[in-house]
Amino acid sequence: MVRTLTAAAAALLVSTSLAATAAVADDIKPAVVFDMGGKFDKSFNEGVFNGVEKFKKETGVSYREFEVTNETQREQALRRMAQRGADPIIGVGFAQAPALEKVAKEFPDTRFTIIDSVVDLPNVRSVVFKEHEGSFLVGMIAALKSESGKVGFVGGMDIPLIRKFACGYEQGAKHVSGNTEVLQNMTGTTPAAWNDPTRGSELAKSQFDRGVDVIYAAAGGTGVGVYQTAKDSGKFAIGVDSNQNHLQPGTMLTSMLKRVDVAAYKAFKDAHDGSWAPGIQVLGLAEEGVGWALDEYNKDLVSADMMAKVEAAAADIVSGKLSVHDYMSDNSCSY
Amino acid sequence: MSAAPGSIPRWVDIGLIPLVNIALAFFVSGIILWTIDVDPFAAVEIILFGAFGYDEAIGYTLYYTTNFVFTGLAVAVAFHAGLFNIGGEGQAYIGGLGVGLGILLVDSTLPFVLILPLSILLAAAFGAGWAAIPAYLQAYRGSHIVITTIMFNFIASALMVYLMVNILIQPGSMSPESREFAPSGHLPFIHEVFGWFGMQVTPSPLNLSVVWAAICCVLVWAFIWRTRWGYQIRTVGANETAAIYAGIDPRRVIMLAMAVSGALAGFVGINEVMGVHHRLLLNFTAGYGFTGIAVSLMGRNHPVGIVLASLLFGMLYQGGAELAFEEPKVTRELVVTIQGLVILFSGALAFMMKGPIERAYLRIAGGFQRPAGQEG
Repeated sequence: MVRTLTAAAAALLVSTSLAATAAVADDIKPAVVFDMGGKFDKSFNEGVFNGVEKFKKETGVSYREFEVTNETQREQALRRMAQRGADPIIGVGFAQAPALEKVAKEFPDTRFTIIDSVVDLPNVRSVVFKEHEGSFLVGMIAALKSESGKVGFVGGMDIPLIRKFACGYEQGAKHVSGNTEVLQNMTGTTPAAWNDPTRGSELAKSQFDRGVDVIYAAAGGTGVGVYQTAKDSGKFAIGVDSNQNHLQPGTMLTSMLKRVDVAAYKAFKDAHDGSWAPGIQVLGLAEEGVGWALDEYNKDLVSADMMAKVEAAAADIVSGKLSVHDYMSDNSCSY
Repeated sequence: MSAAPGSIPRWVDIGLIPLVNIALAFFVSGIILWTIDVDPFAAVEIILFGAFGYDEAIGYTLYYTTNFVFTGLAVAVAFHAGLFNIGGEGQAYIGGLGVGLGILLVDSTLPFVLILPLSILLAAAFGAGWAAIPAYLQAYRGSHIVITTIMFNFIASALMVYLMVNILIQPGSMSPESREFAPSGHLPFIHEVFGWFGMQVTPSPLNLSVVWAAICCVLVWAFIWRTRWGYQIRTVGANETAAIYAGIDPRRVIMLAMAVSGALAGFVGINEVMGVHHRLLLNFTAGYGFTGIAVSLMGRNHPVGIVLASLLFGMLYQGGAELAFEEPKVTRELVVTIQGLVILFSGALAFMMKGPIERAYLRIAGGFQRPAGQEG
């Protein structure tokens, strides 16, 4: 044990001196700290997992990982990674921001990447997404597809980030027609809400009973229940984060893509290529950080007319002609 | 042994049987680890070293232990009155809310020496208040306390989300957290305390609330075994009919026991909100309230046992995290499985080994006593 510790300490010294002499290619020891959802949450964390796995496959460089189980472990895991000489390190999720800020200050030579939040330090890259823009587009698709004029939203845990999704979706739906009714439900108030397909199914059922015919689920693993219920009821559902169109072909109208996989992949790949740079990256439609998915599973569900309207709106958002209100800018959905 | 032949000495019941149960749990865990190609002995070494091997590890272990002592004591006090308080999680959550609200209101005006007692009072008051509602429903309306306390956990989390997302959130912040407290609202970390005396200790979340946990152990012991209230609580727990016959009002005892129980659970808020995070946030209870049930069961509802059981769970939490960190094949789910096996063997199956061990003890003890008898 002592020997491994000295080895680790030696590795630490070596790697910090390496980092100090700028990025040395292909000798990186990347690490990722997943958040409480776990790396197999079928959504956000899994997107990161897919990204870093892709990096591993391409370069053959393996990475260390840790999944936190309580609030205190975030800081512990990030610091432990840094102590062991890991570099670059990805912190997944806005909840890791305070911990990452603290640890990044302690290890100024280690390169950190935080996804979904901003930490303004010279050794941190912050990647945030304009989820409201992607949600706006799928809101339009939902409203265009809906025959009843009622569309639904099922969120995971009731936190500002998910309200941001809901707010963008609502704006998109109302953009199609001001009369569109948007029903919203949150799955719960604990992190269990990210993985509760049964409850997702119940909420979907109740929304369908109230006349909704398209539901957008931004709820991690809970969404699986929503999609199943949509299929059973012969209605439509919209996936989130990853392309989930293949889950229920014929039912999945589309998926709101949030390319955390690309962000995670690039964090490692840039370090590997020696081109890693700190700073804030805001990935919206223009940067292709968010979008909507069209593939062989849903191409029959989206008509040419719908596609034209959505693409026109997307172009307007990119050009700045159409602006989508961001819930988090003022913590309210008044637009 | 001074025990009469045929009787089982206490050390077998409170010492040997729990140890055998834990050993069994580790044995089964070892088999699981072995099947996924992880060396069980190396795993044990990582867990032990990761929990006690260096100062930072000890800090983390004791930090978890602090939480478990509070929730374990909470469950134990209620248990002495025959009540099964499953609501430690919610009471801890609301206790933390009390601490956070109090500090947010006064941290710019009051000094630390006044904020500390105020926070302890608020943690106790909020935790007790949250436990008092199910207690009232049990005492005066006959709603079963197991059902109501567990439902109050969900109400607590709903209330917290509402407050954090809509009211207490820092404007413009992504995560539902309050602003950070001013330094007067921080409970000093142990590494800071050591620093005052010129000693260098690696930072860890361990803070002075561990001292308060120790004080609470003594207070609970005195309360349960050395006061009239404690006597009433134990009487109601042992036999409610006899308690009524003795002139004790079980309804008042239920209220008292649950209030004390909730107050103790609320002190988790002191450790987490005032001691570690220095802000009000969501999910800081992280299941400590539920683990408290296992801690209390394993500790036989006695403060000494609870401290030992809390240490065991603190070790499992911290050492388990280290194991997941060091050994890529060990996922966090597997760590939970090991914790679950410990709970299973020492909680649910606590009496499985009781018969065999007692018979074995009697046979061995008898074997020693018979020759002695022949000589005499």
